[in-house]
Amino acid sequence: MKILVCISKTPETTAKISFSSDSTQLDTDGLQYIMNPYDEWYALVRALELKEKHTGTVTVINVGPAANDSIIRKGLAIGADDAVRIDAEPSSSLFVAKQIAAYAKDNAFDIILLGKESIDYNGSLIGGMVAELMDLPYISYATSLELEGNVATLNREIEGGTEVCEVSTPFVVSAAKGMAEQRIPNMRGIMMAKKKPLNVVAADGSDNLEVVSAYNEVPKDRSIKYIDADNMKELVRLLHEEAKVI
Amino acid sequence: MVLVFAESPDGKIKKASFEAVTYGKKIASLLGCDCAALIIGQADGSDQLGLYGADKVIQVSNTILDNFDSQTYTATIAQVANNIGAQTIVVGHSSTGRSLVGRLAAKLEAAVISGAKTVPTNDGGFKVAKNVFSGKAIAEFTLNTPMKVISLMGNSIQPEEIGSTVAIEQMDVQVNPGRVTVRERKTVSGTVPLPEAELVVSAGRGMGGPEKWQIIDDLANSLGATTACSRPVADTGWRPHHEHVGQTGVAIRPNLYIAIGISGAIQHLAGVSSSKTIVVINKDAEAPFFKNADYGIVADLFDVVPKLTEAIKEYNSINA
Repeated sequence: MKILVCISKTPETTAKISFSSDSTQLDTDGLQYIMNPYDEWYALVRALELKEKHTGTVTVINVGPAANDSIIRKGLAIGADDAVRIDAEPSSSLFVAKQIAAYAKDNAFDIILLGKESIDYNGSLIGGMVAELMDLPYISYATSLELEGNVATLNREIEGGTEVCEVSTPFVVSAAKGMAEQRIPNMRGIMMAKKKPLNVVAADGSDNLEVVSAYNEVPKDRSIKYIDADNMKELVRLLHEEAKVI
Repeated sequence: MVLVFAESPDGKIKKASFEAVTYGKKIASLLGCDCAALIIGQADGSDQLGLYGADKVIQVSNTILDNFDSQTYTATIAQVANNIGAQTIVVGHSSTGRSLVGRLAAKLEAAVISGAKTVPTNDGGFKVAKNVFSGKAIAEFTLNTPMKVISLMGNSIQPEEIGSTVAIEQMDVQVNPGRVTVRERKTVSGTVPLPEAELVVSAGRGMGGPEKWQIIDDLANSLGATTACSRPVADTGWRPHHEHVGQTGVAIRPNLYIAIGISGAIQHLAGVSSSKTIVVINKDAEAPFFKNADYGIVADLFDVVPKLTEAIKEYNSINA
């Protein structure tokens, strides 16, 4: 079983997001980065569990500059066998997906796993793009993945419930909460990670299909009105007459 | 031409699809072209697509498509787009749409924005905005190619009756069988799913345990609202995971969000801050959530929630 896990680098979950004075760039000053939690907690850990049960290898792949190596090493410390970094700035989603697909095509992976979305641009695009570029099935927002031979049974999130589906390898899957539990790397893992291969591969092409032209603050136009706990009738009146939501 | 995929899971057009059609029509007006809606298989309610803005409704019926598979659906939508010369494709940002949006963009070499929440403008480029950093900021994207794919965040615009009834045309497509087999769809019946809910009642650690949730259910029932919870509540198993709203759970944007016994950590706010109106009930006057609320009640939730339920019931009986 050969599994590829796509990981991305994102600002940490509690980071305050601010922009350059002309609002066209993210202000990265002092920003702390982590491995995208969906990639780490769910996709990578489930890949490792599958490997432990069915034997095989887990490779992590990232498209980004050398500064991403610390995130990639964390993936190795958690338990991936080797890593690949495609050396390029991740310009558009399709550019990133093409780099991953180009690498994956030559390496016959059975399963390509990634998080359901990254917590920076929340696109949820890469999985579907890689699948389309490789002509593979794609299961999104999966909360479980069990393998029997080469047939996988997956549960995936749908509005108000779950869909159960079946697909044979190879396929692409995006992982949501429920797929696995976070693993904290131990000292041995961290030491071993330093010796595991991290191959750097040159990128192919470039594009700017879509670009962020401006950032904006989320409007904070809420001014709170306090209502006495003994006057819920007033709250109902306000919700009806002022907010017009009931 | 703008092509909108009006999805009909379980054979019925969803409100989100009417939103997408109205949205597609607004883009068509901006670009000076027509808006076509595509339905696949059975789609009760498709006679109303014209009313909400479709100039043309195309139906594809093929038994291969009875089973949802992002690969076969992408092939179908791309062929229809090609047949009618569509250059902008709109899908809803639903479980179905999210499975399609990336595939479509890759297949068509298109610029893409997923989870769009504004009607595009054409001022120095085709510009559309979406929430980024899990709701902490808004980014305006410029889509640089003639071919564009957009998934529309639910509840971003309301369906508007801006058109008139149109006839449904059948169209044949060539599609190979997919490899995904859907075995079962399990949905909670009787309540509106969280991502589509207009009214949401949500509770957190302040509840102290799962035993007393009846007061939350009672309030939700009085409003016809969907229930939700914070992450610690789902993590400790007090409530099912699908109710978890926040950065790592479901992101929602209902008209009314009532947060009960939830302190308002940044990760929680990220998933709910787009709600139109927020009511916060917490006994801790310092709870950060009050800084992001429209209405606040500083009180013991076990005292105030039943009172609110009573007040809603009274309102219902007068306005029934």
